[in-house]
Amino acid sequence: MLEVNQLECRRGDRRLFTELDFSLSSGTLMHVRGRNGSGKTTLLRTLCGLFTPERGEIRWNGESIRELGEEYRRDLLYFGHTNGIKGELTGLENLSIAATLDGDRVEETAIWDALKRIGLAGFEDLPTRMLSQGQKKRVALARLILTRARLWILDEPFTALDVDAVALLQTLIADHVATGGIAALTTHQEVPLTSGQIEQLNLGN
Amino acid sequence: MLRVFWCILSRDLTLAMRRRTDVLTTLFFFVIVVSLFPLGVGTESKALQIIGPGVVWVAALLASMLALERLYAADYEDGTLEQMLLTAQPLSLLVLAKIAAHWLLTGLPLVLIAPLVGMQYQLADSAIGIMMLALLVGTPILSLIGSIGAALTLGLRGGGILLSLLILPLYIPVLVYGAGAVEVSQIDLADTQPYFALLGAFLLIALVFAPVASSAALRISLE
Amino acid sequence: MALNWFKFASPATFYPIAGRLIPVFWILTLLLLAIGLYWGFFETASQLGGSNPQKEYYRIIFIHVPSAWMSMWLYIVMVAWAAIGLIFNTRLSFMMANAVAPTGAIFTFLALWTGAFWGRPSWGTYWDWDPRLTSELVLFFMYIGYMALHSAIDDTRRADRASALLAIVGLIMVPVIFWSINCPDPNQCAALHQRSNLTRIDGNILFSMLTMTLAFWMYSFATTFMRLRGIILTREAENTWVQDLLNARGRT
Repeated sequence: MLEVNQLECRRGDRRLFTELDFSLSSGTLMHVRGRNGSGKTTLLRTLCGLFTPERGEIRWNGESIRELGEEYRRDLLYFGHTNGIKGELTGLENLSIAATLDGDRVEETAIWDALKRIGLAGFEDLPTRMLSQGQKKRVALARLILTRARLWILDEPFTALDVDAVALLQTLIADHVATGGIAALTTHQEVPLTSGQIEQLNLGN
Repeated sequence: MLRVFWCILSRDLTLAMRRRTDVLTTLFFFVIVVSLFPLGVGTESKALQIIGPGVVWVAALLASMLALERLYAADYEDGTLEQMLLTAQPLSLLVLAKIAAHWLLTGLPLVLIAPLVGMQYQLADSAIGIMMLALLVGTPILSLIGSIGAALTLGLRGGGILLSLLILPLYIPVLVYGAGAVEVSQIDLADTQPYFALLGAFLLIALVFAPVASSAALRISLE
Repeated sequence: MALNWFKFASPATFYPIAGRLIPVFWILTLLLLAIGLYWGFFETASQLGGSNPQKEYYRIIFIHVPSAWMSMWLYIVMVAWAAIGLIFNTRLSFMMANAVAPTGAIFTFLALWTGAFWGRPSWGTYWDWDPRLTSELVLFFMYIGYMALHSAIDDTRRADRASALLAIVGLIMVPVIFWSINCPDPNQCAALHQRSNLTRIDGNILFSMLTMTLAFWMYSFATTFMRLRGIILTREAENTWVQDLLNARGRT
C-alpha cells in the first residue's frame, strides 16, 4: 500500500503541486494526467524516491520510503523516459544485469522466454544499439516480465511502441494489477483491466 | 554483495572492451604529456632526473582527471545510472565497483607504462620501481576522489573544465607524497617508507568515504 | 517557552530583519576600521624587535593577518550553513552559504595580495612557496570551485545541494592538503615553520589586529546580508510577500 500525504514539489523556483494526497492499495492502477509541465514526471520520480519533495511524506506499507531505502526499492520498478539499457550490450546481457541488481536470481532461460514473449526472438545476441527505437523499448519492457516488484511506476510506457507491443504491455499491466500489484503511470492510452480498480489523478488545472 | 560488485565490474569492463579507444586515449595522453616536457625543459639528464617524478605525477593527475568525465556520463545519458539508483543494492557498493573498473581501465595502464616513461627521464631502476609502487597506491586515490567530482558535475555543460577546477586542488596530497617518494628514493631507498605509509592511509580513508560521498552526489545530480 | 527558530529560517521573516541590520553593521565596520587602522599606524612601535627587526612595512599585518583569519573562518561558516541546509532541507541556509562564499573569496584574495606585498621587502620576492601562502592559495581555489559549481548548475536546488556537498568534502580534505603542503617530507616533519604565539605579541599590535578582525567580521555580516537579500528576492520572486514588497516599492 502506497500512501502520499500533503506532498509538495518544486522544480527550480516554480511550485508544481501542493497538498497532494492519495493512497493506492494493492490491485490498483493509477493514471496520472495533466498538461505538459504540470509535474507528472516529477511526481513519479518523487514516488520512486529520486526526487526529494519540498514537503510531505510518502509511505510504503506504513513506513516512510526514506527510511525503508533499499527495502522499498526492492519492491519498486521504475520505467522512465530513457530506456535504461546499454547500447553496447545485448538484450540478454542487459536483462541479466538488471535482474542481478534487483537482487533476483533469474535463469537465463527465463530471460530468453521473456525476450521471446516481448517479440524479440532472434535479436537476443545483438548489441541493442543495432535495434530500432521500438525494439530497444521492448528490451527495457521485458523487465516487466522478469521482475518481482510489487509497485510499478511507468512514465509514458506506450510511446514508440507498435500496436502489438501496446496490446502486450496492456496485458502485462492488467495481469500485474489482477495479481494484487500496484501500478502508477502517465499515459494517454487506456488500460483495460480484468480486475482491480482504476484511480485517476489530475495534476494542475 | 560480492556478486553485485562483480556484476557491475564485469559490466563496465565489457563495455570498455567493446569500445577500446577510450582506454587507449587516456594512456596515450599520459605518454604524450610526459614526452613533451623534455622538449620544453631541455634534455640534460640531471635536470630530467629532478623534474621526472613531478612531471610523471602531474601527467598522471591530468590523465586520470580527463578519464573521469566518462565515469558516469555514458550511464547518465542512457538512463542506466538512474536505474542503478533504484536497485535494491546499496548505491555506494555499485559506485565502488564502477570506480574499481575505472581504475583498472585508466589507472592500472599508467602504472604499467611507468617504466617506459621512467627511462625517458633517465631514472634509476630503483626509482622506477618506487614510482610504479607509488602510482599503484596513488592512482586509486585519484579515481576515488575524482569520482565525487564526476558525480557532482554530471551532465553540466563545460563539465570537464569545471571538474578539473573542483578536483585538482584535492589531488595535492597525492601529488606531494607520490612525487616525494620517487624523489627521495633517488637518495635513500629506506626513506620512502613513511611516504607509502601516508599514501596507504589516504587510500584507506578514500576507500571508506569517497563511495559514500559519490553516491550522495549522484543522488543530488539525478534529482 | 520554546523559541521557534524555524520562523527565522523563513526568508519572508528574515528579509526585513536583515534589511534593518545592514546599516548597523556598516557603521560598526567603519568605526572599527578607523580605530584599528589608527591604532595600527600611530600607536604601535615602528619596528618589530627580535633577531630580525622588521621596519614599517610590517604594519601590513593589520590587514594581512585578520583577512587570513577571516578567509578560514568564513569557509567554516559556509560549510556549516551548507551542512545545515543538507540536513534540515532549509532553503535559507543554502542561500546563506551562497552569500558567504564571495566575501570569503575576497578575504582570501586580500590575504594573498597583502602577503605578496609583504614578501617583496622581507623575502625579496612577491611569491614564495611558503606553506601558509600555498595553503591560502588552495583555499582560494576551493572558494572558486564552490562558486563555479554553483553557477554552472541552472537548477537552483541541485546547485545548492551539489555545491554544499563539495564544500563539505573540501572541509574534510583541507586539513590533509594543508598538512601535505606544510610537511612535504614526512621524515623530518619536526622541523616545521615557526609557530605564532599570540601571547608573545606586543599589546598594541594585538589590540589593533583584533579590532581589525572585528571590523572584518562586521564587514562580512554587512556584505553577506546584502547579497542574501538579493538572492532571496530573485529566488522567492513568485511568492506573494515579494510581490507585495515590490508593489509597495512601486507606489512610493
